[in-house]
Amino acid sequence: MLLLIEQVLNGLQYGVMLFLMAAGLTLVFGVMGLINLAHGSLYMVGAFAAAAVAGATGSFLLALAAALAAAAAAGAIVELTVIRRLYDRDHLDQVLATFALILIFSEGTRYFFGSFPLYLDIPAYLSGPVTLPGGILYPTYRLALIGVGLLVSLGLYLLIARTRLGVRIRAGAQDREMIAALGVDISKLYTLVFALGAALAGLAGALVGAIQSVQVGMGEPVLIVAFVVIVIGGIGSVKGAFVGALMVGLTDRLGGLFLPAIFRLFMDGSAAQATGSALASMLIYILMAGVLIWRPQGLYGARA
Amino acid sequence: MTLKSWIIAAGMAALAATAQAEQGKVKVGMITTLSGGGAGLGIDVRDGFLLAAKMAENDALEVIVEDDQQRPDIAVQLSDKMIQSDDVDVLTGIIFSNLAMAVIPAATAQGKFYLSPNAGPSALAGRGCHPNYFNVAWQNDNLHEAAGSYANSAGLTNSFILAPNYPAGQDALNGYKRFYEGELAGEIFTQLGQTDYAAEIAQIRASGADSVFFFLPGGMGISFLKQYADSGLDLPVVGPAFSFDQGILQAVGDAALGVKNTSQWNKDLDNPANTAFVEAFEAEYGRLPSLYASQGYDTANLLLSAMAKADISDTEAFRAALREADFASVRGDFTFDSNNHPIQDIYVREVIREGDVFTNRIIGVALEGRSSEYVADCPM
Repeated sequence: MLLLIEQVLNGLQYGVMLFLMAAGLTLVFGVMGLINLAHGSLYMVGAFAAAAVAGATGSFLLALAAALAAAAAAGAIVELTVIRRLYDRDHLDQVLATFALILIFSEGTRYFFGSFPLYLDIPAYLSGPVTLPGGILYPTYRLALIGVGLLVSLGLYLLIARTRLGVRIRAGAQDREMIAALGVDISKLYTLVFALGAALAGLAGALVGAIQSVQVGMGEPVLIVAFVVIVIGGIGSVKGAFVGALMVGLTDRLGGLFLPAIFRLFMDGSAAQATGSALASMLIYILMAGVLIWRPQGLYGARA
Repeated sequence: MTLKSWIIAAGMAALAATAQAEQGKVKVGMITTLSGGGAGLGIDVRDGFLLAAKMAENDALEVIVEDDQQRPDIAVQLSDKMIQSDDVDVLTGIIFSNLAMAVIPAATAQGKFYLSPNAGPSALAGRGCHPNYFNVAWQNDNLHEAAGSYANSAGLTNSFILAPNYPAGQDALNGYKRFYEGELAGEIFTQLGQTDYAAEIAQIRASGADSVFFFLPGGMGISFLKQYADSGLDLPVVGPAFSFDQGILQAVGDAALGVKNTSQWNKDLDNPANTAFVEAFEAEYGRLPSLYASQGYDTANLLLSAMAKADISDTEAFRAALREADFASVRGDFTFDSNNHPIQDIYVREVIREGDVFTNRIIGVALEGRSSEYVADCPM
């Protein structure tokens, strides 16, 4: 039982971090109709900026601020110089160009920081475990990640639902030509949305970098899962991305726990473990396939 | 002699001279991991190898180094390129066993020598052994067998064991279970390259284990140990040296102090070859060598010893020269068993702190003169 609660917390923590990645991806696709494979690179930029600033100043909060700023700046520059030329092209051109960006970002980072992973330390006030009601020991930092992730999600919801910018973003996702015709400066809106998405990815990179390792290419595995999330949630829907991220996070963590246990009922230990964990790593893709059969446009998707 | 024929004769002589120079040359293709989470391992193997080559001052040895990015497809491309267009005689360098399985059988089938400075998958030690494949490090199971044997002597009776799901990870858990006599509280295969171990740590906590055995080399081990230390779990951990090598210890720091691990080598082994190696490595690179560096160094010295005895164009003679293993290994006594894998002592080490550097010291012998389990299956 304690194990179950701990795994649910782990699933939530994974889910909210995925949401930070997926939110930017789905906004960019929803508003601009652009597939951005380089989103994982912005995650990496955030992590490296945080590691560099934390190394130089020793302050974790400064490191997070640097991650936000660096990723947003990188996003804005990329939008102004490269992405802007891709809006009218088809998806294949976008995929090719943003894949090239991945290579440029990766090799650029390798050039400046080297191939060795960097390590970002958890600040002292968040290290160690806390005892939760029911006697569960859980790392403070992971609990803080859940809190930060939920707060950012709430902030994003308020931004999109309650502000003028949010109205424009939603309008842009509905009908780009119409809001341009109504006098909204669409190119400024695009740069802003892209930088916002990039900043969220950079924040996720910095937060996760502190418990894992900061290395070149760290963004790509997360990017693949983030794509699964936005496909499940419905492309373009931030609410869908939130629900999808939590579903994927929980499925992944609980699947890894229960599948081997189920296989152990009729197989011996090692074989059950190997089969179970192999199947558990496929589980989120099976979930995606199931959702797509049931609702081809995703849970909250507007367009089919 | 007319001028024309004189020029032709001089040209022929020059050609013969270059052919002579080519004769003793050995071209080595090193495919190793120089980027990503496993970069530290490949860099150490490369540096150890190049250090030995430099110290030998042998112009006949030429080395080309390429990064496999820890991806089997890239490793296969590199080996094809090295064999077909660079025309190498010897391949070496691969760190990860899944890459080794993709490259070695094809390379040895094409008549090339492969000297492994690290990966020693069980499939290539038994029925899949090959006369041109030599492992200078260990068969994968070895250090884990020693860890299992150490766990018995330390009185551990309920271990939770985990390793990545790839050939070396499976060999690791098999090796541990071969010698360990207690119960298993749980057994997990993680994904290769995994960086988040929250789910595994939760299961360890719930399992009621009295100890944790884990094989997680490179960046995986750093992530796991940092998260383990932060989780509030304080069960004793044991593992092979791969989980506590020089690169990991510096990143993990205090959390690993006092941990016992098993290795065929350590920097405090008292023999002249090792003293010279540790000194030269620190002088050249400004850091302490890891076991990976010692393996790279031994691999180069094995190759150099064979080059001194035979010409590489005479495959039979060169193979026989390699089998003799007539070089001073930094780990002390070293011989090849009939499957071309080492017979060697494996030690127990403890993580200590020297000044502000974390390192290991030897506290005992876990297994003496250990060969590999699969030697009987090898038809050689």
